[in-house]
Amino acid sequence: MKKIVGLIFTAEMNFFNQFGKYVLFIMGMFSKPEKLGVYIDRTITEMNNIGIGSLAIVVIIAVFQGAVTTLQIAYQLISPLISKPVIGSIVSDSSMLELAPTITCLVLAGKVGSHIASEIGTMRVSEQIDALEVMGINSSGYLALPKIIAGLIMIPCLVIISIFLSNAGGILAGEASGILTSEEYLQGARASFLPYNLFFALIKAFTYAFIITTVSSFHGYTTRGGALEVGASSTKAVVYSAVAILFSDYLLAQLLL
Amino acid sequence: MIELKDIHKSFGDVEILKGINAKFETGKVNLVIGSSGHGKSIMMKCMVGLETPTSGSVIYDNRDFTHLEYRQLREVRKEIGMLFQGTALFDSLTVEQNVEFTLKMFTNMTPAERKDRVDFCLEQVDMPGINQKFPSEISGGMKKRVGIARAIALDIKYLFCDEPNSGLDPVTSRLIDELLKSITEEFKITTIINTHDMKTVFDIGDDVIFIYEGNNEWSGKVKDIKTSGNEILTRFIEASQFH
Repeated sequence: MKKIVGLIFTAEMNFFNQFGKYVLFIMGMFSKPEKLGVYIDRTITEMNNIGIGSLAIVVIIAVFQGAVTTLQIAYQLISPLISKPVIGSIVSDSSMLELAPTITCLVLAGKVGSHIASEIGTMRVSEQIDALEVMGINSSGYLALPKIIAGLIMIPCLVIISIFLSNAGGILAGEASGILTSEEYLQGARASFLPYNLFFALIKAFTYAFIITTVSSFHGYTTRGGALEVGASSTKAVVYSAVAILFSDYLLAQLLL
Repeated sequence: MIELKDIHKSFGDVEILKGINAKFETGKVNLVIGSSGHGKSIMMKCMVGLETPTSGSVIYDNRDFTHLEYRQLREVRKEIGMLFQGTALFDSLTVEQNVEFTLKMFTNMTPAERKDRVDFCLEQVDMPGINQKFPSEISGGMKKRVGIARAIALDIKYLFCDEPNSGLDPVTSRLIDELLKSITEEFKITTIINTHDMKTVFDIGDDVIFIYEGNNEWSGKVKDIKTSGNEILTRFIEASQFH
């Protein structure tokens, strides 16, 4: 029993230790930029990497997500008592409230998060971050801040695209399977649309964007060792981001719905 | 001039540096020698601010580097250039962008002025015409030279080199040594080189500090090194010559 309590205590201490370092890392980024123009250039480059670079995977996931959800909802609600537009209403609402922001960001945690962690981690183990520090540059600000700002701008855009394409996927699947027409789908979607739901989706997107970019940057920045440790940091970045996304998903739903 | 005053550095219970005192003169090639694992690299990291000494001071021309505020520290760091053991060139940037990096960050030079300065620095290290190559496309010796060009891009006062000859063939190694010597004399900077290559010591060294088990075991002029009378240093030199 003592051993178990000891293990729990150590795990808790480790968590708070890591969380404290994470907070200090984020605070350390915010110093006056050495050259604003360089930071803006880097932010635009990162916006391209994160936004345009992830567009294809987001499009594929969103379309199939909407299509599959439509088919499954129709399968569960097949009853003469339930009108067909209800299917469109459920798919569009669940896309907006949960599927598009959460699934898209879980995928982005894998794609963008691992990329950020391995890029910064490789720079750490090859002394490139030390070189920045010796030059007098705030390395965490220079490396992570443009990625975080780019993520905060581009990930909500990707989520909006995902919401739109989920509905498009739902309409396509409805038409293709003959379950419901596009008019019926749109009738249901319009009837249940609440602007607050879109606002809620965007709040989620911003929160997840912050989690993905900061957690991944932190794990990359604190990498020590060699190639093996870069791989481990990359994996940690994805796992911790995914867990934090799911935790904040619950928290946001509890607080805002 | 750089002065170390009673520098101690510990990691947990392990004390790596045990009170190092040293002076590094301006316009000279100062060499720090010693076997691997005796604290040379940690000492250099303490000097450039990559590690914080547990106690003691690093003084850069009457400025206590270890106790400066962040902004003042940044100003001193702009006067420091460093050649890392693995060169630490930014692999996503071209040679030109690497050398231009500090100019872009810290000066208000126009792109044309920056280009001129980059070309000048690359000429200094005898590497003209490779501006558009990436670090992955050039050899180890060329990377070292580009690393030196990047270090001197700003008008630096202090140049640190961590094992500049490691992994290089004897000819390239000699070229790098000569380059470091000529840059030190031409720009009147304080150069500090970490090495365990005795050929470098005898070829280009002015002053030498021998670090052994975290202590400054011996310091003096290169010409006196063979007659130091220090047993540990003599053994180190003999072993180096044997190799």
